[in-house]
Amino acid sequence: MTTLPNPYIPEIATIIETIQETPAIKTFRVTLNTPERMKSFRYEPGQVGQLSVFGVGEATFVINSPPTRMDYLQFSVMAAGEVTSRLHSLKAGDQIGVRAPLGNAFPYESMKGKNVVFVGGGIGMAPLRTLLLFMLDNRKDYGDISLLYGARSPEDMAFRYDLPDWTTRKDMKTVLTIDREAPGWEHTVGLIPNVLLDMNPSPENTVAVTCGPPIMIKFTLQALKKLGFPDESIYTTLEKRMKCGVGICGRCNIGTKYVCMDGPVFTYAELKKLPSEL
Amino acid sequence: MDALFLADDKLSAWLGELAAARRVLVPVREREAVVFRPYAAGVTPVLDRQANVPPKASVFPASEALMSFRYTKNPENLGQVAVEVHETIDAPPTVVFGGRPCDARGFLVFDRVYDTPKIQDTAYKKRRENTLFVTLACDDPQNTCFCNSIGSSPYDATGSDVLLTPVSGGYLVECASERGKELVESKLLSDGNALREEAKTVHASALSALGPAWNPSPAKAKLIEKFEDMGFWEDVSAKCISCGACTYLCPTCYCFNVTDERTGMKGERIRTWDTCMSYLFTLEASGHNPRPTKAHRLKNRVGHKFSYYPEIHGGPIACCGCGRCISLCPVSVDIREIVRLSIERPTAKPENK
Repeated sequence: MTTLPNPYIPEIATIIETIQETPAIKTFRVTLNTPERMKSFRYEPGQVGQLSVFGVGEATFVINSPPTRMDYLQFSVMAAGEVTSRLHSLKAGDQIGVRAPLGNAFPYESMKGKNVVFVGGGIGMAPLRTLLLFMLDNRKDYGDISLLYGARSPEDMAFRYDLPDWTTRKDMKTVLTIDREAPGWEHTVGLIPNVLLDMNPSPENTVAVTCGPPIMIKFTLQALKKLGFPDESIYTTLEKRMKCGVGICGRCNIGTKYVCMDGPVFTYAELKKLPSEL
Repeated sequence: MDALFLADDKLSAWLGELAAARRVLVPVREREAVVFRPYAAGVTPVLDRQANVPPKASVFPASEALMSFRYTKNPENLGQVAVEVHETIDAPPTVVFGGRPCDARGFLVFDRVYDTPKIQDTAYKKRRENTLFVTLACDDPQNTCFCNSIGSSPYDATGSDVLLTPVSGGYLVECASERGKELVESKLLSDGNALREEAKTVHASALSALGPAWNPSPAKAKLIEKFEDMGFWEDVSAKCISCGACTYLCPTCYCFNVTDERTGMKGERIRTWDTCMSYLFTLEASGHNPRPTKAHRLKNRVGHKFSYYPEIHGGPIACCGCGRCISLCPVSVDIREIVRLSIERPTAKPENK
């Protein structure tokens, strides 16, 4: 009889840096306290982890740094509930718990040779960032890469330290948009689905990866369909309240599918087959 | 293997023997209810009726620490705080004595989720390995019992280690597993082979008392078909008061919550039974709730047991037919009725999807 490790015991990690991305979003760069574990830690773009503040609880976040850059693991946290609010009070040097990797990943292998269109809204840029950086680090494996990243206002735009690179490099096309005109904003203004239609990406040999607030995803999916993207070529990620993260505790299921194990990454084709309980 | 016989007047002595080396949980009367509690000399087990509360807590306690944690301040630099965690597992050797076949079979539903090739719930697995079941066959099923409809029977020994059958003057004692052998090595047990026929009569009469079995398996497809038919779910959940008694008293309900408790610099991460009948179960920090009404939640409970679980695990239903969710529901919601209606009633097509 094989004995597997206790799935609920987090590893202890130290916050090495925090970044206040927006008023509501704070990023944590952490390293596992056991150096050998940090060295042997493996995950795939799209996979998530549970962060623990011991005494408060756990919550789920995507690992938004790519496995090609293993100096630290990066998580971006929007203050919403108890655990996220407490996380926001932490600083470099503080210790937290990490249970990772959990869940499935973007199929970055089968995306090889294809063009990729990223459409991210607000904090929904986090899972896209992992895959985008992974692809940029393996640039020759992929075709044209384009990114449409939108936020309500310039202040709500996370990952601003990435933007100088993304907007200037020759091997990707980047469009940044905000909902309404703002002083000093030099990029596009408009709602993400409309800007996407203006960009008019060809669905030919192309996959689309989108994540953002539910209303944005809804209209982005409609725009992608209008552009001719097949359901199988559209990827998104789902979120649910989770506790165990390993398919046992019973709250993140949509019918037979457990977002923590079968997700968070789903194609639009898979989403359509799920019963409507999002 | 030979059948043995335990005379009524030797029951206490046998329980005493068993309890010498392990925790023995027996059904006892506590106020108005029959619940499982540790056996001690002088305790009278209640063996003539199904316990109100199944022995689920023997392997899956209502509340347990998954781990402990401790913060330590660096005395040289008080702003620097380290944290360490320790696994906490309590898995005493245990015998569950006097549960019914449905009670023992409930854990088979757990096993497919809690002990898999990919994920093992460490505390559950250890307790499961340390717990044996001396199960009592039913000779007088209640009208809410339906184990015969979910592929079992009042004398099903699956998941049990020893099966007792009430016969005149005592119990027929049959070993039902390799691990059960150590339990029946007692001088208090005598040859019972002559009583086998009587036990068979008891079994047959209990089975026939259950009435004809019905087949819940068409519900697997029908419940998915009815997912969008909220009119159906509003109808069948109309009287539900979302109290969660059905889940807490269910031998197969395995959902849990995890919360932290901290006192000063240390604390524990605690797992507790949770109920999918609660609004809070799926409430997200944003305020969004994918199962906002009791109709959504009852749909998930029935759907999980009779459709999603059998779909995921290749057939078995996540219900043991004990009937407690029916007999103990304060407003008489009847899961048999909901499953039957899901099969029989035509499905309303959603107007726009």
